[in-house]
Amino acid sequence: MLILQCPYCGVMADETELSPGGEAHLTREGPGASDDAFHDYLFMRENPKGVHFERWRHAYGCGKWFHAARCTTTLQVFGTYKAQTTEPPKDIRDRITKARPGWTWRDYA
Amino acid sequence: MKRYSAFAIAREAFRAHTGWDKAWARAEPKRRYDVIIVGAGGHGLATAYYLGKNFGITNVAVLEKNWLGGGNTGRNTTIIRSNYLQDPSAAIYEKSRSLYEHLSQDLNYNVMFSPRGVMMLAQTQHEIRGYQRTAHANALQGVKTEFITPERVKELCPIIELKGPRYPVLGALWQERGGTARHDAVAWGYARACSDMGMDIIQNCEVTGVRTEAGKVQGVSTTLGEIDCAKLGVVVAGHSGALADMAAFRLPIESVALQALVSEPIKPCMDVVVMANTVHGYMSQSDKGEMVIGGGADGYNNYTQRGSFHHIEETVRALVETFPMISRLKMLRQWGGIVDMTGDRSPILSKTPVENMFMNCGWGTGGFKAIPGSGWGFAELMATGESALCAEFSLDRFREGRFIDESVAAGVAH
Repeated sequence: MLILQCPYCGVMADETELSPGGEAHLTREGPGASDDAFHDYLFMRENPKGVHFERWRHAYGCGKWFHAARCTTTLQVFGTYKAQTTEPPKDIRDRITKARPGWTWRDYA
Repeated sequence: MKRYSAFAIAREAFRAHTGWDKAWARAEPKRRYDVIIVGAGGHGLATAYYLGKNFGITNVAVLEKNWLGGGNTGRNTTIIRSNYLQDPSAAIYEKSRSLYEHLSQDLNYNVMFSPRGVMMLAQTQHEIRGYQRTAHANALQGVKTEFITPERVKELCPIIELKGPRYPVLGALWQERGGTARHDAVAWGYARACSDMGMDIIQNCEVTGVRTEAGKVQGVSTTLGEIDCAKLGVVVAGHSGALADMAAFRLPIESVALQALVSEPIKPCMDVVVMANTVHGYMSQSDKGEMVIGGGADGYNNYTQRGSFHHIEETVRALVETFPMISRLKMLRQWGGIVDMTGDRSPILSKTPVENMFMNCGWGTGGFKAIPGSGWGFAELMATGESALCAEFSLDRFREGRFIDESVAAGVAH
């Protein structure tokens, strides 16, 4: 079972206490966006074998949305961070680089 | 290929079973093939088989990174049905189910198709309306299903508890000619028939790159060297995204874990397949006597082919309420597979941005039942460039808003 630390209330939460919310850091396209941009926003996902960034909600806790950095092939958790950001914070990225040199995810590394 | 028959068994009995051939030949990759299929699971082997049988294309290699049929073909709950709501789904799943009816004879390999009947329980008012609608849709599609009463449910499946405290059984969608088959035998039977047509089935050969030139596929790089091809079919379920990445395009797919489990074997007590979608559980009894149980998929991306305890707990808790007699059963084994989920929960059988490269993926949690139909349609698409069976399942349906929305129609289990 996954255990993620909620970055808001600090609780080490079991998977059963959380709701998965899909891929993180999507650009939410709106009116005026091109068809391609809207198509990618709605349907295209990174689905990586390896490092991934996701949204989770501490549903049966403080109720807040947060982000997690996780490996989809080993289930290793690299860290969690608050949702008020458009990209993963530097310390999380450094931690991933240490564990998985050469990783990429979209334009981040 | 020596045919399997009662006579062959008698013949071999008299000579200490020394005359049986290997079911398929061990092959080394050639430099070039007309068609390369990546993935020797049910769908990939079925595609190769119908390429040979229906279109005479036999210069074919099927590449498999592990062992044949060791992915989701060996990790499902073997349920076969075609009671889908949308027309394109009903067409391809019913084609598939009807091919299963004679598959053993066609392949000369006993796939143990058992049309024991599949019932999907209606346990809420919403489900009653939903399944009645599906039954009407099926009548128009020529798929034989009916909506049955709780009394008939009890008659067909005596171990069921109709008056469960949370979710009483209010009726069911019943497909009499649905059922199960022996999952490994389906892969093995297709492999044997492909090998017999002269195709190369190459195991332990992982594709590491897709070579293209001017937007056209040239071949693949593998752990056993470079192999050229005129056409490439990719049929790798949960790992489709990785293969698409090699050819520099993206897929609207996410890979998650789906798990199942079996109990210790018990005496025959249930001769139908029961699916309870409201409570996320389905169950049938295997020929060995084990209760085969499946549940919901994980909600997050995962490539580990493992399951998680809380999903087992959820599934079993729900089923114990519907089948109180299983409460004392010990669970024997549990396994997980990586399923490829699309946004509308329908598969993708399509051309791709790379010319002569084709994808067959997105079967999500319900691919086993579709193996023969998927192979039939995908072989037609690869051989001729057109297939009525696959037309609606193209990759551009997401851009154009032509969803085949089974995520709403099928509820949960799919």
